[in-house]
Amino acid sequence: MGTVLGLNGNSAVAHAMRQVNPHVVAAYPITPQTDCVERFAEFVADGRVDTEFVTVESEHSAMSACVGAAAGGGRVMTATSANGLALMWEIVYIAASMRLPIVMMVANRALSGNINIHCDHSDTMGARDSGWIQLFSENAQEAYDNIIMAIKIAEDMSVRLPVMVTQDGFIISHALERMELLDDEEVQKFIGPYKERYPMLDLKNPVTYGPLDLFDYYFEHKWSQIDAVEHCLPIIQKGSDEFGELSGRNYELLESYKLDDAEFGVIALGSTCGTAKEAVDRMREAGKKVGLLKVRCFRPFPTEHIIKALSPLKGVAVLDRSSTFGGFGGPVFNEVRSALYDAPERPLVIDFLYGLGGRDIFMEDIEVAFQRIEGVVTKGRIDTHVDFLGLRE
Amino acid sequence: MQKLIEIRWHGRGGQGVVTASRILAEAMLKEGKYFQAFPEYGPERMGAPVKAFNRVNDKPIRIHCGVTHPDLVIVIDPTLLGTIDVLEGMKEGGTLVANYDGSPKELRELLGFNTGKVFTLNASLISREVLGRVMANTPMLGGVCRAFDQISLKSASEALRAQFGEKLRPEIIEKNLTCLKRAYEEAQQG
Repeated sequence: MGTVLGLNGNSAVAHAMRQVNPHVVAAYPITPQTDCVERFAEFVADGRVDTEFVTVESEHSAMSACVGAAAGGGRVMTATSANGLALMWEIVYIAASMRLPIVMMVANRALSGNINIHCDHSDTMGARDSGWIQLFSENAQEAYDNIIMAIKIAEDMSVRLPVMVTQDGFIISHALERMELLDDEEVQKFIGPYKERYPMLDLKNPVTYGPLDLFDYYFEHKWSQIDAVEHCLPIIQKGSDEFGELSGRNYELLESYKLDDAEFGVIALGSTCGTAKEAVDRMREAGKKVGLLKVRCFRPFPTEHIIKALSPLKGVAVLDRSSTFGGFGGPVFNEVRSALYDAPERPLVIDFLYGLGGRDIFMEDIEVAFQRIEGVVTKGRIDTHVDFLGLRE
Repeated sequence: MQKLIEIRWHGRGGQGVVTASRILAEAMLKEGKYFQAFPEYGPERMGAPVKAFNRVNDKPIRIHCGVTHPDLVIVIDPTLLGTIDVLEGMKEGGTLVANYDGSPKELRELLGFNTGKVFTLNASLISREVLGRVMANTPMLGGVCRAFDQISLKSASEALRAQFGEKLRPEIIEKNLTCLKRAYEEAQQG
């Protein structure tokens, strides 16, 4: 059985990386991801992993080295945050296009300016269209668990896609919590030995990666990538189910919390879901029929699951921790409303932008969101589709 | 079953406020509890007022927002008493544990605090006598054990050993344990 101990999210992920023991890690430090990479570098220095740790001069090089190592035939991991992810940008897309099963932890942080090191989801939401699978984590335990599941999912022969595992910067990355580590051997047994696919270093079977690909076949290649992403939801669930058998911790693409008989729901991602569960309990005690839908898997977006979970509700308030600046609400709102458009029965849906740059979200804020959506349903009409929570006036 | 208890630490940058909250979390682990420990991250300046937080419960803790209404407030630096509002948002019947060279009665008068519980101990003096320098965070942990019956002195001692085991020489760890014990014994309630 595993070990119960106190770790923050960064250390939890560093331990997951140690237990995965990847062939290559290439990373550059950035707050709030830094102490994850520092911890992992200690494991390398102490000889507790066999990993080739590549200290690069920027995140662009970090992801480039990851792409090279993964194309070469290695199991590869990295970690970053915010501006680091932004600097990786072009190579992030290339990693997905080459179908390289790289696993990257992102400690969510505001993408400046002004300079802000605290949590929002603007970094990974910007990368939502890059072709990576995205798993969000509510706490340190989930960040750890998601990393281990991500290896299995990414490397599945029918997936072969990179996976981004996020945790809220500082809120989770720097908060010490009680959690459980699996045994090293259990993790190794769960992920299995790395299986190469068309490795560049197989000199007897030479392959080409990333050649010129113009109007003759580029579209078909993109179609095959689109098709792969669209079909990996069952594999993500299968990997999660197998992890559940091992750990006793069961994960779904979406987690429904007290939604079964609910009239009003809130949708959120990351650490806010924990606070929202407490808010739901408090409102339930006051007789309100409310629930939470937690989005764990944001990419690919589990459209059918969203419809099934939300259709019976009267009203839904989406909590978005990033802005699309001129778009119709935040990214989660966009997806959720679009998913519900053709549903025979659908709730009224409103959006709240909250928590930018680490602005705290309290149970009282979530209660306000519930009150607002209840008001909208009573009125039968949405006057303000997109509003703000916790914004000073 | 105990309910959720929220704790706020006050000190200054460089006084080991965050370390103290981590050792307390480690002690909570040894008591078989669920816990959180997290600092308030702002500009990091030596000597500036800083805060750190703990939560403890017998069941998993799900909330991840900041602590605004603490049950227990711990003040590591005596110069903060009367300087900043260390009692801000404190729950009714809450407990204050402070590094202070006077009696609980005197501290109550200084802060105008007439409810709840107050524990005082001269953590600066204890650390100066035992360690040879002022490092009030470990004695304050002893004070916390006195004020908060869910954490035993034994668990705190083991947690301190676990935290400092690889970083400090054995004789320094022993001195820190002496600080812890002396603080536990010398803390006054009133």
